Amino acid sequence: MASKFSNLEPVVEVIGDDRTMVLNMGPQHPSTHGVLRLLLELDGETIVRIRPDIGFLHTGIEKTCEAKFYQQVVPLTDRIDYLCPMTNNLAYVLAVEKLLGLEMPKRAQWIRVLLNELTRLNSHLVWLGTHAMDVGAMTVFLYCFREREDILRLFEMVSGQRMMTSYFRVGGLALEVPLGFFERVKRFIDAFPGHIDEYEDLLTQNPIWTGRTKGVGKITYEDAIALGLSGGVARGSGVDWDLRRDMPYSSYDQFDFKVPLATEGDVFARYVIRVQEMRESTKIIQQALAGMPEGPIKADAPKVVLPDREKMKTQMEASSITSRLLPRDLPCRPARSTRASSRRGAKWDTTSSATAPPSRIACTCAARLSPT
Amino acid sequence: MALAAAITDLEQLKDRPALARLLSWKAEAVTGAKFDRGELTIRVRRECLREACALLRDDAATGFNFLSDITCVDWYPEEPRFEVVYSLLSMARKERIRIKVKLDSADPGVDSLTDLWPGANPFEREVFDLFGVRFHGHPYLRRIMMPEDWEGHPLRKDYPVEGYR
Repeated sequence: MASKFSNLEPVVEVIGDDRTMVLNMGPQHPSTHGVLRLLLELDGETIVRIRPDIGFLHTGIEKTCEAKFYQQVVPLTDRIDYLCPMTNNLAYVLAVEKLLGLEMPKRAQWIRVLLNELTRLNSHLVWLGTHAMDVGAMTVFLYCFREREDILRLFEMVSGQRMMTSYFRVGGLALEVPLGFFERVKRFIDAFPGHIDEYEDLLTQNPIWTGRTKGVGKITYEDAIALGLSGGVARGSGVDWDLRRDMPYSSYDQFDFKVPLATEGDVFARYVIRVQEMRESTKIIQQALAGMPEGPIKADAPKVVLPDREKMKTQMEASSITSRLLPRDLPCRPARSTRASSRRGAKWDTTSSATAPPSRIACTCAARLSPT
Repeated sequence: MALAAAITDLEQLKDRPALARLLSWKAEAVTGAKFDRGELTIRVRRECLREACALLRDDAATGFNFLSDITCVDWYPEEPRFEVVYSLLSMARKERIRIKVKLDSADPGVDSLTDLWPGANPFEREVFDLFGVRFHGHPYLRRIMMPEDWEGHPLRKDYPVEGYR
């Protein structure tokens, strides 16, 4: 088995075949999208072996977490992956909420789901646009970024930030959504299926696109499991697994959606799956808008959640709770918890220990990039 | 929601399929178990780790076919200092499990799982790079995040947050 995956080993030392050439790509190559260096062994246009050299963007987030309070970690989770800030926020806050044993109010859970699916659309649009651009379809890139811009405006509306949102907090949401937000989402999402049709018109039957994606980058079912692939990449190889359906979190079990599946395992299959996922996300968002519950957006947990700003100014007790909470960390007893949220396998493993710093909190996060 | 107390008594947990399978295979391989917040953690002896994982993967009753993560915790200055954490997922039974191995700082090494799951390769390189834990039998145990000439292992607790200057 080990020899089968020898493409994870270095290529430089083993050039025996005079048909192939070794090419260095990156770390600043425009089509590596996110800095990594690739050592490629090429046979014509076919990549025979590849050795990725990563770590150029490694910022030591886990190390930074060691010296932070739990709430202070939330902004760091945005920066794991700029395409899915909310999903990473969610995986982290769910892990800490599990440590604390907190139950979220329905409205907070549903808003989280709605924003998560918008994040998925945002991320899928960037994937589709840049992938199409690398193949030569500039139009798709411009169309995708047009819709992505609308989503970023929605994010700015709720959080004041386009990309580094930090909108989810341990214990709920930072703020209630602003007036008119749901109407704006509705207007966007009602028009969105038409936009997906536009992308499909440009790509699905396009001979250049199919020629470059069909039969390319095949991954079998067994290899997908053995290599630990997740998300759309695994589903493209027939792995029928979706965290939202199989291990539901944050009320995902109350939404009705399909999990697209393909068995071809090539780039085209993954493209089809992601496009279908966008349609399913659209449905989830429409359901969330239609059934959005009323109620609080923060858990009823005075030792964790800050009181409302308004109460803080007018009520003595709220004011004293605020001044007691802010300089202290959350009361987690020593334990470990794991939570994962769908999209790019964002998974947080949070360990808290009661000993003095520096071993107070240790977090590991696995935000794995799925190859497109 | 009040938290239930963690269960650490092996007697109470022995009906869980994963633990039952390991106990019936080799009772001395298991050094402890914990069920907390719906998550089962099993501590195994370091020599038994590879075989235990192979068993959990291949046995139909457990079916932990997917290795979702390998990570590590440094409990400095306690001994044994390192705790390597394997997070397995059973897609058929929709269940996660955590396997832990404790390692002394004098000899922080454990068998590699790359022949069971090739996907363990980058995880083990990451743990080696950031914690300095060795994985015996790994085909390419080199630094993955930090530069090749980096000094020290950054996620160890005695490594300063600002780095060495």
